[in-house]
Amino acid sequence: MITIETLVVTISGLDRAEVEHWIAQDWVRPTGSAGAWLFRDIDVARLRLIRELRYELQLQEDALPVVLGLLDQLYDARRRLRRLRNAVNRNAPPEIREAVLQALTAEE
Amino acid sequence: MAGDPYKTLGVPRDATDKQIRAAYLKLAKTSHPDLHPGDATAEERFKAVSAANDLLGDPERRARFDRGEIDADGHERPPPGPPPGQRYYRDHAEGPGGAQYSAGFGTDADDLGDILSGLFGARGRAGMRREGEDRRHALAVPFLDAVRGATQRLVLPEGGSLDVHIPPGLESGQVLRLRGKGGPGDPPGDALIEVEVAPHPLFRRDGRDIHLDLPISLAEAVLGGRVTVPTVSGPVTMTVPAGSDSGARLRLRGKGVPASGNQPAGDAYATLRVVLGPADAGLATFLRDRTDAPVWDPRAGLGDSV
Repeated sequence: MITIETLVVTISGLDRAEVEHWIAQDWVRPTGSAGAWLFRDIDVARLRLIRELRYELQLQEDALPVVLGLLDQLYDARRRLRRLRNAVNRNAPPEIREAVLQALTAEE
Repeated sequence: MAGDPYKTLGVPRDATDKQIRAAYLKLAKTSHPDLHPGDATAEERFKAVSAANDLLGDPERRARFDRGEIDADGHERPPPGPPPGQRYYRDHAEGPGGAQYSAGFGTDADDLGDILSGLFGARGRAGMRREGEDRRHALAVPFLDAVRGATQRLVLPEGGSLDVHIPPGLESGQVLRLRGKGGPGDPPGDALIEVEVAPHPLFRRDGRDIHLDLPISLAEAVLGGRVTVPTVSGPVTMTVPAGSDSGARLRLRGKGVPASGNQPAGDAYATLRVVLGPADAGLATFLRDRTDAPVWDPRAGLGDSV
């Protein structure tokens, strides 16, 4: 985990006040508390993503919560699917796995 | 070597800067790896598009490329995305730690959601494991217990009680999770305890620092002296410098919220408040009769800002 001081030198073009604003908006959730934030790897990667969305892809600030909200739901769904896949792979007999595969590849 | 940047962006060789910018933005949005986690080719496409834009988006570099002075790989800027050795957001978000940014539907961050939760419920297969549900509770914590840490007993509405271990430095609104202390099941659910820290008549908290008002006598303010100050970790002795005014703030290093985990201890701040105390005839006589008092106006300048 790294402090906000280390963070702003690690990711070029990141502004400390802006990071604090993003935290206040609940778009990034580091551990610790105001004045002593600690950023995990996932927080750093998410900050890099937000910066790219905002400045490389030029999303307006008010579009960010919409995009992040949809992304969070997408990753929730993908984590669930992954767990489902693992559970099916581990526990389901071959004919069930085959039936699931058929159902997923067939047209609705 | 990278391909023709004009082809990568899908623009003609005489495209305007604006056309190049628009083409780049459109392609970047449809190829950013974190926006397309299921697309294995997204990262490669995003890098190619970014590299092409680095070259063509800068008129000077574009001119050099058109003259053949640099090739399509000749970018000086670092490539987009995380530096070598670090991963994209999508690689974190799909791992076990990703739940911290869950959109948060349902009671548990990683529950099944509305579709999958219907998967086995309808069949009610015998011997099927049923997880216990999480239960939420509210707990009022006295100020000093929240600062110093304590164990508090929570009486449950359905009977029984829980011993809640309060870590030092707890703040209002924090939620403590007691694993396995929620609804019965296999595995049992968790108890989620939202704490509300009560205010204290003397101490106020600001992050890990503790503030208090400290009354001192006129004599202590003028002449200075040693005074006893209450702190969250017991009374300490502090020296008030001679000539200390009301409102002066003295710091007691390390006497705030005690250190815990990787958080250092906070400080205590005593704000002095001069108190006259009972009527003092001798002092009144002295003030009335003295002839060498310095002339000054404590309200000088007040009218300027009205």
